[in-house]
Amino acid sequence: MAELEQKIEEAKAALNAHVAEIVKWHFSPETGCPFWLDWAKDAGWDPATEVKSLDDLLAKFPNFEDEWLRDKQPEVWVPAKFKGKPFNIFETGGTTGMPKQRIGWEDYKIDYSEFSDTLDDAAFPRDHYWLMVGPTGPRRLRLSIEHLANVRGCSCYFVDLDPRWVKRLISEKQFDQAKAYMEHVVDQATTIMKNRQVSALFTTPKLLESIAERYENEGSSLYDAGIRGVFCGGTTMDPQYTRFLCEELLENKIGFVPTYGNTLMGLAKHKPLTPEDKYSITYYAPQPRALMRVLNPDTNAPVGYGEWGRVELTTLTKEFFMPRFLERDEAIRREPIEPYPWDGVAEVRPFGALTKKIVEGVY
Amino acid sequence: MINIPVIRWGEPYESLETDEVIHHRTGEVLAKVSQANPGLLARDMRKAARAREALREIPIKDLIEMMKKAGDLYLNATLPLGDGEQTPDDFARQQSASTGLPEHMCKFNMEKNHFVLNHMDQIFDALTRGLDLEILQRGFGVEERGVPVSYQAQSPVLGMVLPSNSPGVHTLWMPVIPMQIGLVLKPGPQEPWTPYRMFAAFTEAGVPREAIGIYPGGGDMGAETVSRCGRVMIFGSTQTVKNYSGNEQVQVHGPGYSKILLGDDVVDQWEDYLDLMADSIYKNSGRGCINCSGVWASRHTEEIAEALAERVGPYEVKDPTDPEAGLAAFTVPGQAEAIWGMIEEGCEESGTTHATEKHGARLEQMERCDYIRPTILHCDSPDLKMANTEYMFPFTSVVKCSQEQMIEKIGGTLVASAITNDETWAAKLTDATNIDRLNIGAMPTIALNWLQPHEGSIVDFLFSARAYQTPDERLKRLCNGG
Repeated sequence: MAELEQKIEEAKAALNAHVAEIVKWHFSPETGCPFWLDWAKDAGWDPATEVKSLDDLLAKFPNFEDEWLRDKQPEVWVPAKFKGKPFNIFETGGTTGMPKQRIGWEDYKIDYSEFSDTLDDAAFPRDHYWLMVGPTGPRRLRLSIEHLANVRGCSCYFVDLDPRWVKRLISEKQFDQAKAYMEHVVDQATTIMKNRQVSALFTTPKLLESIAERYENEGSSLYDAGIRGVFCGGTTMDPQYTRFLCEELLENKIGFVPTYGNTLMGLAKHKPLTPEDKYSITYYAPQPRALMRVLNPDTNAPVGYGEWGRVELTTLTKEFFMPRFLERDEAIRREPIEPYPWDGVAEVRPFGALTKKIVEGVY
Repeated sequence: MINIPVIRWGEPYESLETDEVIHHRTGEVLAKVSQANPGLLARDMRKAARAREALREIPIKDLIEMMKKAGDLYLNATLPLGDGEQTPDDFARQQSASTGLPEHMCKFNMEKNHFVLNHMDQIFDALTRGLDLEILQRGFGVEERGVPVSYQAQSPVLGMVLPSNSPGVHTLWMPVIPMQIGLVLKPGPQEPWTPYRMFAAFTEAGVPREAIGIYPGGGDMGAETVSRCGRVMIFGSTQTVKNYSGNEQVQVHGPGYSKILLGDDVVDQWEDYLDLMADSIYKNSGRGCINCSGVWASRHTEEIAEALAERVGPYEVKDPTDPEAGLAAFTVPGQAEAIWGMIEEGCEESGTTHATEKHGARLEQMERCDYIRPTILHCDSPDLKMANTEYMFPFTSVVKCSQEQMIEKIGGTLVASAITNDETWAAKLTDATNIDRLNIGAMPTIALNWLQPHEGSIVDFLFSARAYQTPDERLKRLCNGG
């Protein structure tokens, strides 16, 4: 316990130093981006000198507004040090209207290279083949998964799913169309799986269910199809659903790696499931590059451990600074653990899931 | 507090997600019910054929005897329930506590279910129109009159998306098991009691466990049940009925809009039928689809409304354990208030009057539940908004309408009790396709003859009559001449 306490303190110190360095970077004319430099002028204070720790950041910055990512042209986010280097434009949202856009260069590679170290070689064999079935297009995820496969000596097949279209179909109650589209995606995925050697699958929970069902209806299974590891994310996975995936679809024989992440933050790692967890998945942000807090939506103060609250993201890299962005998710705040000595978020689900209807669909 | 598992073809499965069933007055947690996720049902449905196979290993006549035994067990025995046990008194208490129905009505419903199970042979004979059970079992055969017939099951299981608020509906699915069709039950969140007690009684009586699945859950489980089962019975609103209109896989039981129609030949003697009208409105807390929600006549309607208001208006809210309790609680927060709001709004329309107003406030709100006392309105035209409505408490609109217009204006009606001796009108009523159950004569809407079909025959829903031709020699050999 004392060792964990020490690690927690070390992580806090590292985070404070990182916050000071990143804020200084984004708010210094020689390194920062036009958006934040202009923002500081309007704000009337100098973050570069006044933010020395996380507490300073939390006290002085308001919530990041996602409209900024919709309304501003991408070049306003280019730090001076990256000027002239072509960037990737990644999108999130956009079912209707302008999507949010984040630009980047190497961040996704850093996140996913680090993530690769947590994968078990038995479930995700090196020098083999992956299949991603999910949102590709303008999303960071597509390049990230390919990079992750490549880091492990693997190559990756892709089957696209357009979540904007699915959400629109479901919102318009065109359930038959949504089902037909899902079948179309599953057809493509199983065609690849039957004609190529694939051992690792990245997909969304609902698609995983449909792909597994397709095999089982044919008297086979995901395991028999050669799948040894499943990397899964995108929608809610409550404990019962996680248990269902592990026990029934993956037969406790296929490695299961749930993920929580997005274009704005990066990729959170999960605490490996133990029997005591009862399939409750806890995620830990890639601190210090990103930070997740769980807040009481009425007071904006952190909730206690074990309590539900709204997820707040802060991204702290030289490519992108996003302080205190309120996610459209809620989660349970969980204690730090040995490999990740900072707060975790568990059982993530759409914000207000218990009180309003949320369109998640197949995505 | 009892923990109730999901039942997957007879096998208990404890989910990590549970829903609490709460006592509507005290807030006590009566049970924690495991919640299934749709994927579980999707997987289990791959084994649905086994449910029917297991039942087909037992002759129908033996299954009918098992139903009779199950009826006795359901009514009298202490039966297992989740991680505990349940006596018949426990059952009535628990059902009352979660649904808001008075305890003595829950016991009456038990008697009703018992009656149906105990008379299964007669009900079966009526539903199948006297078909030789061996023919249904085999799928084909020759009737006594020498005609070859064949009935083909349209699904190995019947899915049931059950309601929370009306324990009376369970009689509808009781003949299914002896038809050698399995059951997939999705209980209403506040009424898990009957499906689980029936499962315990059925299996104790010898019905194969693997013939029955119980999948509690939210709306997504209801949708999954509808999409996965070849034949499904669901209970819902008028909108639900519209949604599934024309879908032969789904039989929807919506609001009843049941009515008493007074013919011009008897309407001047309306007082003779006051007891019949009051019983139809008030009995079993007015909650059923067969309770009367409209009394239609061409004259005397103001007097009828006044007299009915005089009769049912004074009924007070009583404790659900009181044997005199006649009203059921609304246990869904906000529901009673919303309904009363709709009624008040409807009464603002010119021509609509509230006859029970003088008998005190109707809406009674409590800490965890609400009540609405019996309410009688008068509508001086069949075109008024409140002339054709139904709510799940004793509520009736007395509607002034000419006999000539009545059949057209009543709209869809589950039970019509037409009190008349006018055979010309009776013939028109017999032909009216907007009426399901027709009573001609002085009969309350709630008087059910169990030997008659309810909203279509369940046999016709589950089995399809078709041609089956084969050489006489084979037919005789296989059917043993029968």
